[in-house]
Amino acid sequence: MNDITTLTLTETIEAIKQKKFSEEELNKAYLKKIAIINPKINSFLKIQKNSRGIPAAIKDAILTKGIKTTAGSKILSNFVPPYNATVIDKLLEQNISVIGKTNCDEFAMGGSGENSAFRPTKNPWDLNKVTGGSSSGSAAAIAADLSVFSLGSDTGGSIRQPASLCGVVGLKPTYGRVSRYGLIPMASSLDQIGPITKSVEDAALVLDWISGADSLDANCKDAKFSFTPSRWEPKLNGLKVGIPKEYFGEGLDPKVKAVIEEAIKKLEELEAEIVEISLPHSQYALAAYYIIVPSEVSSNMGRFDGIRFGLGRENLGQEVKRRIMLGTFALSSGYYDDYYAKAAKVRTLVKQDFEKAFDPLAGGVDVIVGPVSPTTAWNLGEKIDDPLKMYLSDIYTISANLAGIPGISLPCGFSPSTSSGQARLPVGLQILGKQWDEETILRVGFAYEQATKWHLQEPELVSRVESQESRQKGNKTGF
Amino acid sequence: MNYEPVIGLEVHVELNTKSKMFCRCSADYFGKEPNTHTCPVCLGLPGALPYINKAAIEDCIKIGLALNCTVSERSSFERKNYFYPDLPKGYQISQYRWPLCVGGRLQVTGDRGQDVTIRINRAHQEEDTGKLTHSEGVTLIDFNRSGVPLVEIVTEPDFTDTAQVRDYAKKLQQLFRYLGVSNADMERGDMRLEANVSVRPVGQKELPNYRVELKNINSFRFMVAAIEHEIKRQIAALEKGEKLSQETRGWNEDKKSTFLQRSKEEAHDYRYFPEPDLPELKVDRLQVTVDSIKKSMPELPWDKSKRFVEELKLTEAQAKMLSETKELANFFEEAVKAGNQQEVNAITVANYIINQKVDIKTVKPSEVIEKIKSKSAGLISDARELEKLAQEAIEENPQMVEAYKKGKVTVIQAMIGSVMKKTGGKVNPNKIREILEEKLR
Repeated sequence: MNDITTLTLTETIEAIKQKKFSEEELNKAYLKKIAIINPKINSFLKIQKNSRGIPAAIKDAILTKGIKTTAGSKILSNFVPPYNATVIDKLLEQNISVIGKTNCDEFAMGGSGENSAFRPTKNPWDLNKVTGGSSSGSAAAIAADLSVFSLGSDTGGSIRQPASLCGVVGLKPTYGRVSRYGLIPMASSLDQIGPITKSVEDAALVLDWISGADSLDANCKDAKFSFTPSRWEPKLNGLKVGIPKEYFGEGLDPKVKAVIEEAIKKLEELEAEIVEISLPHSQYALAAYYIIVPSEVSSNMGRFDGIRFGLGRENLGQEVKRRIMLGTFALSSGYYDDYYAKAAKVRTLVKQDFEKAFDPLAGGVDVIVGPVSPTTAWNLGEKIDDPLKMYLSDIYTISANLAGIPGISLPCGFSPSTSSGQARLPVGLQILGKQWDEETILRVGFAYEQATKWHLQEPELVSRVESQESRQKGNKTGF
Repeated sequence: MNYEPVIGLEVHVELNTKSKMFCRCSADYFGKEPNTHTCPVCLGLPGALPYINKAAIEDCIKIGLALNCTVSERSSFERKNYFYPDLPKGYQISQYRWPLCVGGRLQVTGDRGQDVTIRINRAHQEEDTGKLTHSEGVTLIDFNRSGVPLVEIVTEPDFTDTAQVRDYAKKLQQLFRYLGVSNADMERGDMRLEANVSVRPVGQKELPNYRVELKNINSFRFMVAAIEHEIKRQIAALEKGEKLSQETRGWNEDKKSTFLQRSKEEAHDYRYFPEPDLPELKVDRLQVTVDSIKKSMPELPWDKSKRFVEELKLTEAQAKMLSETKELANFFEEAVKAGNQQEVNAITVANYIINQKVDIKTVKPSEVIEKIKSKSAGLISDARELEKLAQEAIEENPQMVEAYKKGKVTVIQAMIGSVMKKTGGKVNPNKIREILEEKLR
């Protein structure tokens, strides 16, 4: 029998209910695994030793009362928040405990995890590879079974891309579905907290817990998501899946492309109707994104002056300083109209692309499917000195943030690794949906997951630890 | 060459709402223990988000409506970015491109008694900063004031003399108090003035290509003095052939002169952009409509004053005096109402209240009418004189006093009689009885 840390969230809840193991045993099992694996992958910056509740790993950009929260930055290396983010309060109501704060790119700025001011997170599938980012530790922790689920935040792909590169499920909800109160912001108009999980069902359950109105976030709508898996069917029954041609052009690794095409075939087998669509303004999305994000960053970082909390500004990393400067320039008098105002217009066009594609009156699609990342996980250090190359790894994910729509990444196969001796690296399938229609993307994801079971694959690093464990214990582990 | 001043005013007024603009902390900060009215939002802690106080928005709309502004159906908050230790977020949430109230006007009186219409560019909503205290090499910050709602009212450069400026500022202060949106106390900083001053040759239509901003001046008197000084300074400079440029100046009361605070080169670039943490402000989404806000507003001081002249036939000076505060105006109207029943006309009431400097806190409106009646009947109505007469009656009739104290209360009639006799009947016997009874108790 498997180690109990391989169980999904829904399975874990069921097992506890049936008294197959206690919360204490559950926490012990995870803490033990963390002690062995975390030093190899750096997914946690801080570990909390609990014995009660179901453990969740929380991105270190999300405030936890009384637990140091650094956002992956040295400037906050002494910051202990006096309050909880709303999502944390909501999880605590569900008997969830914080098992640790996860590593991330500094202030969520980065796409590889390497911008963490403390140490880079390493990919459990290949320790020479990046995890993607910025929610690097949250994705790696789930891939390595170091927590039942985790929370990340996604501004341009920071949940979906590391989930894809680490072979786990990552959900970015509709903007306004989940309260941002207590999330250290990168770009306030794009940031959204979401779950990283071992299954699609788990993502839906966590979304149910953390979504809904919050009087402390004026942009958070009174729109709670309800977890109703009983309505999900194994077949897709003529559901219309749009394949944007712009997501399959130059820059997409042919090996990744092959895996995605295979996944689309699978959806067809599940009786989805596949249609090619166009999102014509996708090509401008990246440029607009890298005006809007630094602009908001330059303002959001203003409070980190070392007067009321935290350390001095000399503690900020390169990427943070780069974005502060870019944004300060873009908002300067005389430049605003050419940069920020124009980027805002492009943002509207990107949004309209999706509205047209989804328009039910114009025969629109139900979901849009494509790759999450143009490549699988790359080598640590490979792109760190080339910010533009790094920015391009967000090319398929940022549009969803600009448009405010939900998107999910789920495991859809493997591509052979480029480094010798390693077998394979996970590829993620992205499913995008209409605003407030997480239900449909989760339903499609669930049908695909049940038909393929890619989500049950484990990195060798983890299965090796597990088999050692069970040998030591004489196969008496688990339940 | 003859020059004329071109003056525009920016007035900040701190609203007296219960809670702050973007959080639920108490906005009543004056004299409170430092940093006790604070939370993650007004301290600018990481992850904290603003939330709009609708009561403040209603107050801003009231001010806008009173100044004949149009209330924008949709407006937006923007971030004004700059660093200062009293600004915890590194930006102030304000309004810039899409203010809540736009395009109003207010009539003021100039130095020759002429009526001048001042155009109001906007009345917008924003938040206050914390307060710095400098002492002996350290600077202390109190964030109790951080996030208290402010409304900023900006005029077009329509003032041409300081009498207009003074009248405008006084009228706004009166308006804020009438509306009950602020105490508008200059010394406490509830109300703050900034003036933009430049001069141009008489006859020139275009605005001058510079303006001097006068800031941090905390009284009407100093502001007028600073503007007067600035006009003289600028004319002198232009006559010497100097070129004037954009700058910020303060007022030195000891030297009675303005001084340079910040030159054009040091001017901030505030990098305004739409506040991403707040949705667009849609007036039709408020709990109350603009119409109902309008209906809830009291009669404005200048409307009251006009009505006093037209309906009650007061002189303009009387009308203005009696509409000075809402309380005085209400007192006057109550007294007029009481007077109507006793055939005392409004002008008599007005004259009495003004001439006798009636203290509206201790006297009732009906008592004013009583006094007017007694006076017109030739009766002695002065309280001190009546008091004296009663005292004399007591001192001159010790046996009666003794009898009264033993229980023979009817002797009081004889005492009243003695006062009537002494004054030739010029007292109200009931009044004297009241005073005597009081004294003999």
